[in-house]
Amino acid sequence: MAHAKVTRFNVASLALGFAFLYLPIVILVIYSFNASRLVTVWGGWSLVWYREFFNDSAMIEAAWMSLRVGAASATIATLLGTLAAVALSRGENFRGRTLFSGMLYAPLVMPEVITGLSLLLLFVATNAERGFWTVAIAHTTLTMCFVAVVVQSRLGSLDRSLEEAAMDLGCDPVRAFLMVTLPLIIPAIVAGWMLAFTLSLDDLVIASFTTGPGSATLPIRIYSEVRLGVKPEINAICTMVIGLIAVVIVVASLVSKLTSARGESAAPL
Amino acid sequence: MSARRIFARPARFAAIAPYVWMVLFFLVPFAFVLKISLSQTAITQPPYTPVFDVTAGWAAIKQAFGALSIDNFRLLVSDDLYVLSYLRSLVVALVSTSILLLIGYPIAYGMARLPKRWQPIAMMLVIVPFWTSFLIRIYAWINILQHDGLLNQILLALHLVSQPVVWLSTDSAMYLGIVYSYLPFMILPLYATLVKMEPSLEEAAADLGASPLHVFWLVTFPLSLPGVGAGVLLCFIPIVGEFVIPDLLAGSNSLMIGQTLWLEFFTNKDWPVASATAIVLLVLLIAPLLLYDRLQRRQLEQR
Repeated sequence: MAHAKVTRFNVASLALGFAFLYLPIVILVIYSFNASRLVTVWGGWSLVWYREFFNDSAMIEAAWMSLRVGAASATIATLLGTLAAVALSRGENFRGRTLFSGMLYAPLVMPEVITGLSLLLLFVATNAERGFWTVAIAHTTLTMCFVAVVVQSRLGSLDRSLEEAAMDLGCDPVRAFLMVTLPLIIPAIVAGWMLAFTLSLDDLVIASFTTGPGSATLPIRIYSEVRLGVKPEINAICTMVIGLIAVVIVVASLVSKLTSARGESAAPL
Repeated sequence: MSARRIFARPARFAAIAPYVWMVLFFLVPFAFVLKISLSQTAITQPPYTPVFDVTAGWAAIKQAFGALSIDNFRLLVSDDLYVLSYLRSLVVALVSTSILLLIGYPIAYGMARLPKRWQPIAMMLVIVPFWTSFLIRIYAWINILQHDGLLNQILLALHLVSQPVVWLSTDSAMYLGIVYSYLPFMILPLYATLVKMEPSLEEAAADLGASPLHVFWLVTFPLSLPGVGAGVLLCFIPIVGEFVIPDLLAGSNSLMIGQTLWLEFFTNKDWPVASATAIVLLVLLIAPLLLYDRLQRRQLEQR
């Protein structure tokens, strides 16, 4: 729609839409700097609730657990998801392909209560000790599907004559992939890792099912506090998580902007 | 043999590791859900009577089959609590998906109309909330909607209400939370189809005398149907099983099915009934899931 006129209606719907998406987050961030103990009464600027967080050892431990689970699961998910994307977009037709892609697309929309419950029952049946690794495996299963879709859509938009030219010039397929295709899809792989990391950092339901006693993740701790009511400390924690995610997004889009040769859309999805 | 086909062979080997992973951690677990949904509730740890112990020989397996029961499913059909929460989930998902389409369409349309160089920025602005934690974004609304929250303060200051309005623990708060959380899922696929549309088609219709409303209904909307389908499914399916949003924002007098499942599992420790609930939910979602799978496949594999 390159030449179409931008009407007043278009501008209004964009402005209202973005305001709706961002105002609550902005308000949350502002209130996190509120000195007053009553969340909604403004008592001047202060960092007191951030100090509160750094003295809350249970919360710190949960945050550390979440960061480790996020890093571990995002890394395995990126590896598996990239492999899956390569097989789907370059493997032509192979036996079991329909089941394979079905298994990869279904978790994207599958209600989390179902995924969480089914994985827990598997872990219980196999007597796996529940904690860090069970949550990491569960998150890998969910997030590798997102990585696969991100990388697959990048692979689909690549000019395949590049890798074919490399093979005509004598590269074997593996070498052609490593030397030509892989460098071109690196931005998507990086974006995939970051998406997997933030999804893992965000997940409450699947982690609640698959974790064991004594190893709560950050969302599990936040959830149990939020159920008891609004606390200014939670505002501070949420602001820090938003800050972390913002950094991740900026890095992801910078990476894809710097490395995408044709300067296409920098958006990481 | 073409380069493409030579390339395909090692590419297929790449499928092995993710294939094994997904079978082990996505497909096989459903077998356990099915198995436990057919077993009896027991006050043990884990809280169900074990069925199927292959090591115990044929007689034990036959006995295990005898012990399978559909009592849990009978309970789901006979008890109003379950039937009502399935119905409520479907209604909530239908209503909120319709609202999402009504709000998301103009935004996606506006984005597609923007000058080319602004579009990546607009897209970024939609994606950022999608990356930001669900839980945090719901929590942000609790801040605003609570008894002495910002919304009531503003309404009181403007003298629109004489005393604070109860917003939390209502269905309106829940719908607001769902629409807020899922809006990016609706906008992105809509934008993806609208941006590919030729503006000359709309112009031609207008030149031939169609009113703007006619142009929209006869040209724009039909051409955007693939995006509408993707957006609707991407919202509808997960909303049916939603837990966090109704739990934090809606009242507790009527539950969605995700909440019922959670309650059975974590509070009542009734794993067999929770499993049966999950199986029924899955059966309800099979049709939309298959439809979504087809759309996703078409979108990613036909280029």
